[in-house]
Amino acid sequence: MKDRRSATRRFFEVELPVLAILVFALAPYAWMVLTSIKPQAELSLWPVRYLPENATLDHYRELISRTTFAGNLLNSLIIATGAAALGLGVSIPAAYAFSRFRFRARRMLMTGFLVINMFPIVLLIIPLFILMKNLGLLDTFLGVILGHSTFAIPFAIWMLTSYFNAIPKDLDEAAMIDGASRQEAIRLIVLPLVMPGVVTAGIYIFITSWNEYLFAMMLSGQAVRTVTVALQLFIGEFTIQWGLLTAGGTLIALPVTILFLLVQRRLVSGLTAGAVKS
Amino acid sequence: MRSQPGGGTPPPPNRKLFLTTAAYHRPSRWTPFWFLAPALAITAAVVVVPAAQTIWLSLQDYLLYEPDAATFVGLGNFRAILRDEVFWISLGHSAVWIIGVVGLQFLLGLVAALLLNQSFWWRGAARALVVVPWALPSVIIGLMWTWMYDFNVGVLNDMLVRIGIIDAPIAWLARPDLALAAIMAALIWQGFPFFAITILAGLQTIPSELYEAAEIDGANRRQMLWHITLPSIADVIATALLLRTIWVANSLDVILVMTGGGPGYATHTLPLYAFVRAYNSMEFGYAAALALVLTLLLLTVVWLYVRRASRDLDR
Repeated sequence: MKDRRSATRRFFEVELPVLAILVFALAPYAWMVLTSIKPQAELSLWPVRYLPENATLDHYRELISRTTFAGNLLNSLIIATGAAALGLGVSIPAAYAFSRFRFRARRMLMTGFLVINMFPIVLLIIPLFILMKNLGLLDTFLGVILGHSTFAIPFAIWMLTSYFNAIPKDLDEAAMIDGASRQEAIRLIVLPLVMPGVVTAGIYIFITSWNEYLFAMMLSGQAVRTVTVALQLFIGEFTIQWGLLTAGGTLIALPVTILFLLVQRRLVSGLTAGAVKS
Repeated sequence: MRSQPGGGTPPPPNRKLFLTTAAYHRPSRWTPFWFLAPALAITAAVVVVPAAQTIWLSLQDYLLYEPDAATFVGLGNFRAILRDEVFWISLGHSAVWIIGVVGLQFLLGLVAALLLNQSFWWRGAARALVVVPWALPSVIIGLMWTWMYDFNVGVLNDMLVRIGIIDAPIAWLARPDLALAAIMAALIWQGFPFFAITILAGLQTIPSELYEAAEIDGANRRQMLWHITLPSIADVIATALLLRTIWVANSLDVILVMTGGGPGYATHTLPLYAFVRAYNSMEFGYAAALALVLTLLLLTVVWLYVRRASRDLDR
């Protein structure tokens, strides 16, 4: 559709409203970052002073030196990486099977993986807690990683199946007719082509696991506490120290924001593939 | 166990000689399951068995601190739920929560998508940045908004007082009449980008010939929106609405972070109430029953969504 509106009209009818939406979308984030670099004295001013007069990194220094936050960051990193590794490790072969084989239970199983992705977390979290307690996996990395695989695996399977489906079957079939074994066809033909999808799914699992709160809270104690759980505890502990809290929030939010922006385009097309038929 | 590909015809005696590699690779009936086994095993252990266990738990009076004293009470928990005033309060809040949050996320997302589908020179940056709230952890969202809603030095009160909309600061999260709406605003903020990018993806599949033809026929912008744009993306919208309804209905972590369900029961929704009964009072049996009621209530929506999402499965 050609846009015959003048530049001025377009500015008022499109660009200005878009700008307003962006301000709405980014302002709370910006406010968090701004708060984290203001000295304590400026935080208790009324009326509020919007921009910091003496910007400082004191809150970050204090957060790292005085609290367990650095350790929590490491825990989150281990858990999110583990969740991505486990999720991809079992989902890649599963997605391959759903894409390349036609078998009787296929439809039922794929629908099943979709349905369990819709289960309320509260439905799973109670028995999972009992299960992990009985297995001695409470407050271990493996326990939280397994908890996160409840959403990571179904999601990764669906996302990867659509990526596998996008690679023509003829390619690997031709390789097998030419004498390659199935393993060789997967390793040499299919996997290299599906790699962008694997990376996207892995990053998505990493982000969701990093962001996750309820499973981490139920299944972790002091030993493997993640950043989200730690920050929530800090909210109770340092009630009015908003500088410290927003510094923690910024440190948690920044890496996922960057990751998300990096893979956004592919991620969006993968996520909306279910909703948009092309 | 070996399968018998090819049905009843007996193989020729010198089969091995003529066997093409393709036939050699013909998968046995069990091949797909070797690929699926790890995923199925883990999913069975962490999803299917626990879900079944929830059903079993819901039929018992099970307190976490004395699991051996658990007694079978049949449907007793469910009968208790029907008489539980807090359940009905939470259910009412859940209805307001779902309709309000999903509805406004959708409207805001639709407007954003229609705008981002226009052409202007910084469109790419705008499309990337609008998604940021969606990437953030719920704990951070709770934190950001609690800080903005702060009674003493919150920026929201500050701005509203400056503009003159309110005379004195408001304790947004401490007032029973405002707390739920205040948390809903945070969730609407977080979730509208999902609608924006999903609908935007739908808009991009509309062939421009449709608009050109309409323009020749003298249609104005509003007519094009009603007769071309909206009907073309109706399908996308329906799927997105179903998906978000399920997600929003289940989400409780932002509420948990911002108010923990209070003041009083003012921000109790159904999943939050189930969680509170499990986590604070350790009544796992009763909480399991509540979780199950939530699941049953959502089943229709899940069914509608799954039917849509899996319609292309047999390609």
